[in-house]
Amino acid sequence: MNLASLKVPLFLLAAILLVLAPIDLTGIGLPWPGLKRYGTFILSLWLVTSIAAMGVNLIVGYAGQETLAQAAFLGIGAYTTALMTKVGVPFAVAFAASGILAFAVGWVLGFPALRVQKHYLAFVTLAFSVFVWLVIRNEEWLTGGVSGIQDVPRPSVFGLSMKSAANFYWFTLAITGALTAAMWWLLRSPWGRAFTALRENAVRAESLGIDVRGYKLLAFAIGSAYGGLAGSLYAPLVEFIDPAPFALGPSLLYLLMVVVGGAGSFVGPFIGAIVAVLMPLWLETGVSQIANPMLKHLFSYLLVYAFLVMVMMAFCPSGIAGLVERLITPKRRPHSDDKGPTLGTARASASQTGTKP
Amino acid sequence: MSRVLEVRDVAKSFGGVHAVRGVSFEVNEGEILGLIGPNGSGKSTLFNCILGQLTPSRGDVLVDGRSVAGLRPSELNRLGVSRTFQLLQVFPQLTVRENLILAGQEHVGSRLTRLFGARDSGLSGAADRMIDFFRLGHLAGEKAGGLSYGQQKLLDCAMAFMAGPRLVLLDEPAGGVNLTMLGNLKERLQAINKETGATFIVIEHNMEFVMSLCTRILVLAEGQIIAEGPPDVVRKDPKVIEAYLGH
Repeated sequence: MNLASLKVPLFLLAAILLVLAPIDLTGIGLPWPGLKRYGTFILSLWLVTSIAAMGVNLIVGYAGQETLAQAAFLGIGAYTTALMTKVGVPFAVAFAASGILAFAVGWVLGFPALRVQKHYLAFVTLAFSVFVWLVIRNEEWLTGGVSGIQDVPRPSVFGLSMKSAANFYWFTLAITGALTAAMWWLLRSPWGRAFTALRENAVRAESLGIDVRGYKLLAFAIGSAYGGLAGSLYAPLVEFIDPAPFALGPSLLYLLMVVVGGAGSFVGPFIGAIVAVLMPLWLETGVSQIANPMLKHLFSYLLVYAFLVMVMMAFCPSGIAGLVERLITPKRRPHSDDKGPTLGTARASASQTGTKP
Repeated sequence: MSRVLEVRDVAKSFGGVHAVRGVSFEVNEGEILGLIGPNGSGKSTLFNCILGQLTPSRGDVLVDGRSVAGLRPSELNRLGVSRTFQLLQVFPQLTVRENLILAGQEHVGSRLTRLFGARDSGLSGAADRMIDFFRLGHLAGEKAGGLSYGQQKLLDCAMAFMAGPRLVLLDEPAGGVNLTMLGNLKERLQAINKETGATFIVIEHNMEFVMSLCTRILVLAEGQIIAEGPPDVVRKDPKVIEAYLGH
């Protein structure tokens, strides 16, 4: 089966299903009553999470850097949008400001990446994440501290209110679609190739004229901007923000999403966000239906979730996207090994040519 | 014939170890210079000093009369200096064609045009010509990681030539390549030197390969030049024989 030929039809099918998800189709004879308010909210949350995970995937999966700070960028975007829209600034302006601010801060955070790598870089971003969380929690005059900011308004688009769950979902879906298309363009451009080169062999990339420093900073800045834009959508989605979703734990979860979904795979973040956002809910619902209290306790959904993630990582380190690709793509025959002349091949060659080995 | 590279009294020490001790030489346009010497003689350190990957403790390196001290390898590459590495350095997840386009893309347009311009930076044609030149035509769409060692070595060399460099430093191009592929590689290098007039410096342990490819040989031992001249002269030099075989 050729995976490449299936990509476009699968993408279109997914897009149609997502658009139709909140609509009751029983009226036209289809067995789909449409998602209710909570289901629509969860799907919107999955979209917002996917945007942030796309940013992490750019930094980690494509450019080969490390980040444990994506939740902090969500926080920057969420608080920027909440503060601006609460004083009457249009959502579009707040959305752009959130992205630009996260881009600028991400650019600055990229500078340590020019000096340190791997887990040292992860620790730098971890420290930044804690710093942002402390600012959000302690600067009450600006952020409301642990009480957070309530009644974050939902926007109106061309006079149409996004107050209802379904309208806001379609609004989020449209923005996710635009940001996905932008990421697709970026990764298919020469920039995307340079990011891949950075991940695979930065020394060789530099020797080919690729400005490794510049591209590292760009990867951090763009990836962080996606975090900021996701935060900008998150604030009106939940309509109340506090410091908890922007702490270190959620940052680790964003990294987990990318790794489980498939780092460096375009659909990886979307799959990872399903695992992180939807799977715990499904498991929680499933476990709640177990009648036996002992079994119910044993199958705490978080235990099941943790076990599944560990199994996945042990047997499928390239993530779910990598596993699917491996199963679908036919195995290639390896090339003949011509790794240099051995004494045997040199002698055989010499005996054929009549020369001394 | 213009002077492409001047190395002036370059020295490099690592703590108390003097890897290169005041080496000076010049390379003229179109020349193929061989840089040989026993293991630990300072060849790779000298290479890395020329290429900006190490900062010399002393001395200067000039490309086309301009000092390149302190320039990063990417800046040096944009001045027309390219290299290959001792160990294979292709990008395994990219196809052969993509590897070659990547090798040339930073030399075309600005960063902004690279984002909004053509995906191949208009280099597909040039990449295909390079693929044909290095006889990799049947592998153009294959991922580089799936190629055999010798084919990857050819691709590695082809990438070094993609941006049309004036000076190419080849670090052990024959290492690990089988006899058939080796003949192909030498022939291709000679052809590209003849066609483009590009200047080569070649580090190599395969004496037969380096003596038949190069027009001049420079021999390093213990961080210093001990002999220099045409291959036939260097081959018979007692100091060279002593450096390789000992007393």
